[in-house]
Amino acid sequence: MLDIRRIPIPALIGLVLTALFVLAAILAPWISPHDNAEIVGDVWEPMSAAHWLGTDNLGRDLLSRMIYGARITLFIAVLATALSFSLGAILGFSAAVFGGWFDTILSRLVDLLMSIPTLIMGLVVLSVLPTNLVTLILVMGILDSTRVYRLSRAVAVDINVMDYVEAAKLRGEGSAWIIFREILPNALSPLVSELGLRFIYAVLFLSTLSFLGLGVQPPDADWGGMVKENKDGIVFGIAAALIPAGAIAALAISVNLVADWILNRTTSLKGGRG
Amino acid sequence: MSSPILKLIAQRVALGILLLLAISVLIFAGTQILPGDVAQAILGQSATPESLANLREQLGLNDPAYVRYFHWLGGVLTGDLGTAMSSGQDIATSIKGRLWNTLFLAFWAAVVAVPLAIILGLIAVRYRNGWVDKLISGLALASTSFPEFFIGYLLVYFFAVKWQIFPAISTVYDGMPFGERMQAIALPATALTLVVLAHMMRMTRAAILNVMQSAYVETAELKGLSAFAVIRKHAFPNAIAPIINVVMLNLAYLIVGVVVVEVIFVYPGMGQYLVDHVTKRDVPVVQAVGLIFAAVYISLNIIADIAAIVANPRLRHPK
Amino acid sequence: MADSKAKPGVLLDIRNLRIEATVYPPGEAPKNIVLVHDVSLTLEKGKVLGLIGESGAGKSTIGLSSMGYGRGGVRITGGEVILNGRDILKGGKEGFRKLRGREVCYVAQSAAAAFNPAHRLMDQVVEATLLHGTATRAEAEKRAVALFKKLSLPNPETIGERFPHQVSGGQLQRVMTAMALCSEPDLIVFDEPTTALDVTTQIDVLSAIKDAIRDTHVAALYITHDLAVVAQVSDEIMVLRHGRLVEWGGTRQIIKEPRQEYTNALVSVHEIEHQEQNPGATPFLSVKNVTAAYGGGHVKVLKNVSVDIYPGQTLAVVGESGSGKSTLARAITGLLPPEQGTVTFDGRPLANRLADRPKEDLRQLQMIYQMADVAMNPRQTVGTIIGRPLEFYFGMRGRERDKRVAELLDEIEMGKGFVDRYPAELSGGQKQRVCIARSLAAKPKLIICDEVTSALDPLVANGILKLLLNLQQHEKVAYLFITHDLATVKSIADSIAVMYRGEVVRYGSKSKVLTPPFDAYTDLLLSSVPEMEIGWLEKAIKGRRMASAGN
Repeated sequence: MLDIRRIPIPALIGLVLTALFVLAAILAPWISPHDNAEIVGDVWEPMSAAHWLGTDNLGRDLLSRMIYGARITLFIAVLATALSFSLGAILGFSAAVFGGWFDTILSRLVDLLMSIPTLIMGLVVLSVLPTNLVTLILVMGILDSTRVYRLSRAVAVDINVMDYVEAAKLRGEGSAWIIFREILPNALSPLVSELGLRFIYAVLFLSTLSFLGLGVQPPDADWGGMVKENKDGIVFGIAAALIPAGAIAALAISVNLVADWILNRTTSLKGGRG
Repeated sequence: MSSPILKLIAQRVALGILLLLAISVLIFAGTQILPGDVAQAILGQSATPESLANLREQLGLNDPAYVRYFHWLGGVLTGDLGTAMSSGQDIATSIKGRLWNTLFLAFWAAVVAVPLAIILGLIAVRYRNGWVDKLISGLALASTSFPEFFIGYLLVYFFAVKWQIFPAISTVYDGMPFGERMQAIALPATALTLVVLAHMMRMTRAAILNVMQSAYVETAELKGLSAFAVIRKHAFPNAIAPIINVVMLNLAYLIVGVVVVEVIFVYPGMGQYLVDHVTKRDVPVVQAVGLIFAAVYISLNIIADIAAIVANPRLRHPK
Repeated sequence: MADSKAKPGVLLDIRNLRIEATVYPPGEAPKNIVLVHDVSLTLEKGKVLGLIGESGAGKSTIGLSSMGYGRGGVRITGGEVILNGRDILKGGKEGFRKLRGREVCYVAQSAAAAFNPAHRLMDQVVEATLLHGTATRAEAEKRAVALFKKLSLPNPETIGERFPHQVSGGQLQRVMTAMALCSEPDLIVFDEPTTALDVTTQIDVLSAIKDAIRDTHVAALYITHDLAVVAQVSDEIMVLRHGRLVEWGGTRQIIKEPRQEYTNALVSVHEIEHQEQNPGATPFLSVKNVTAAYGGGHVKVLKNVSVDIYPGQTLAVVGESGSGKSTLARAITGLLPPEQGTVTFDGRPLANRLADRPKEDLRQLQMIYQMADVAMNPRQTVGTIIGRPLEFYFGMRGRERDKRVAELLDEIEMGKGFVDRYPAELSGGQKQRVCIARSLAAKPKLIICDEVTSALDPLVANGILKLLLNLQQHEKVAYLFITHDLATVKSIADSIAVMYRGEVVRYGSKSKVLTPPFDAYTDLLLSSVPEMEIGWLEKAIKGRRMASAGN
């Protein structure tokens, strides 16, 4: 089914890079040369054989911080995406299938939440909430679920008016069959693609929040936080902050490439075969 | 303009005002989630119960939530945005200068980004599926995956530090000569432009492509019009509405980008102000600035809607 | 290469035309396919040549090649197209631009899509004339208004001021014809100009086009899939199939004495053997005084409708768009609960709303849709689609169900090998057959066929109708056959109901309904169906009694 030779090159690059990041995150304690908070050298040492990426603003090994940073970034982003996606998709589908008051009230609420930029709302809410992992994941998840809601509702509504759904209704099929056997299989393609986009957005959003000082708190740091720690070095020509920033970009691009590839594959109406 | 259009526009504006009110409630409620004690935060741990009670009375903290909300809303509508908790300064005065700075920065970023996005979109459509199109689309895709601080610090690293063309920190002050001011904002404006350009270009390309694939464009070709004449006379009039829509939506996106860019370049604008006070947990400032950002965002979206309405020939000339 | 000598009187001379395109099947390498194989034709000045064939025959492609145009990546790779004595394929892009809108004009299938919504009609009508400098603005506008008059458009002096969305479909099609005639071209390519119109509107537009062609002495390529229509306007007919020429001859010869088997099949497509059955004693489904509305009772779509269906027989419900025939189906199935009236089924009343009906009632009443592609879940195999009703209604599983699915596939004349195919891998006719099998699987007493052949090519539709009649004999199932195509009705119905604006204007057995005297609307409808007979159009126009509404 998965013919390695037939995967286009961009998607292959995306898959490899993403796998690399994920592996780094999972195996962090074993593959990291030093500990997360260990001071091993001078401040902002350049890249060398001992420290492949140099050291950071406190003299900690940058490579180790990056590996642990991958772990934290991916962990939070994955959980936030899982939350936003399940919340948004379930509510979106239900709104499309059940309609009526449920749909109207929910949609108006989502419209309201979406009429203010996510970052601003995030900042407002985080100014009063304690900054721990749970609140971060909840805030990110709930704010982002609005977009997933809109998309899944639109997709479900489109499918709901197709003749084959009406044929199922005329047969007398119950709501469960209609949602899971008629609507969902046809909604997978745009949903999977959206999943990828939401994940990328979660990574970027988290990094931005940490960069502004509202995300992960020291001594732990995700990649965004690492940029904040090292940004003062830029003025002196120290490129340390560019490394975590670049990693975020690389992760985002590779997930984009994979999501694009999946979207192209599953849009083929041959039931996903071939 | 015909009355159905005026009616639709009036409806949109009314809806926008309603939305803004709802947002103000949301923002106010958002900051009341935790029953954190403001008085305690101001007076510190060693405050006596009496002084705490007095301060609460003074700040009106004992009133129920909706009373405090209307109090606040009334103040906003009369121009009184409250006092910053952390510094005691009047918020409205602090904001004035900063709002102007932010708008200045956003304006110049928009002035560069919008025409560039439209031109790149047109080029991408003209050579669609060729290498030019793929290159432009590829760069746009990459650009949307970059966090704003990556673009920002790359610019600083090369243009400010290595090549010393522009300043790394964008300090501006009152009475600064125009030329110097432009030099100061060159890098943040570029960063902002790059952030928005990619999104805008992709959406413009999609909007123009959609119009180009319409049946009436084929009809025009079959009448013998040159490619350029087809675009000018037939595609363009129908593409204006979707393009304006795209531009407005992306300008709204600019609002968000401004926050991070100002922090990167330490630019004295609204974004920097907001972030500073969020970390200080200064609720009155956060409420006021959040509201202003929301208002601008909503207004831009309403203008986008109105542009779409006005440009629709079916609405301009009803049956 | 030397230009060929222009034969006197020959306007268009196409020789050995070869047209190809590149397709990109998902998951495979892109490949070249040949759309038109070495087709040759000649057209004399002032004559009309009808290009007829099913979809995919290449008729539009050939028509557009006379303007040097290929839609969607299609390219002309061989042959010559000699127009007015020169090979236009050698003229390059500049050459094409000069002749388009000047020597050759195009009338598209959908006028609504072909007009730019942002410009007034007059501007678009005179655009080609002004572009090529064949007249001044004032002259062109005068010409346009004269054409509007000739094409019987309402308010010819002012209709040019309007925008496309302010004008009806039939009127737009005529404005489009005026637009083509305005630049006084030598050749007009008519690409299915009346296919998208209602049957009563079609006649007026067809007649207007024929008059205009005759009065301006313009030559025309008339492309359509309806042989009866093309027989009314053309001098010669060319039959195409899969991009190859099948037969080419004078209209009379093609209609009366077709030489090829394929042509013969096209000519006799409406002739189906069916004995009209007499209604029995008790109707099986009885619709009594049903009134239904949308929008909370404001828009009445069915007014006091009463019809009966007898076991094992076919009731055909005929009408144009907006007549309420599809709405009647929705009322019967419970998707649109009636405000008043009852629907009785097998002696007992049917609950008004779908949700209130027991499974057994639902089983007895099945429905087949017009568009088979969206009537089947693209992610389910043919086996699953046909098997689901068996599971759902009869609790069949495993081998028992699979056996029955194979039997049903046999009944619809498709083999067992189709069980694992997906809908996207089937042809139009095959898709509709699977939908038929799906409804049969429930062993219903009544099947509602909602325009089931309207989206199919005539020969394929013919096959489906024959299949339905066969199945009716074997399974003794009744049909409620909804259609706008009177020719079909004449072939397969036992009783007929004619609907107009939500009311039944004529109802009874087929022979009674089709025998005069008629009410005004039925008269209009019956006289609007093109017969495969030369001179029919002139007779129909003369005999018109009632002005067709909405035109």
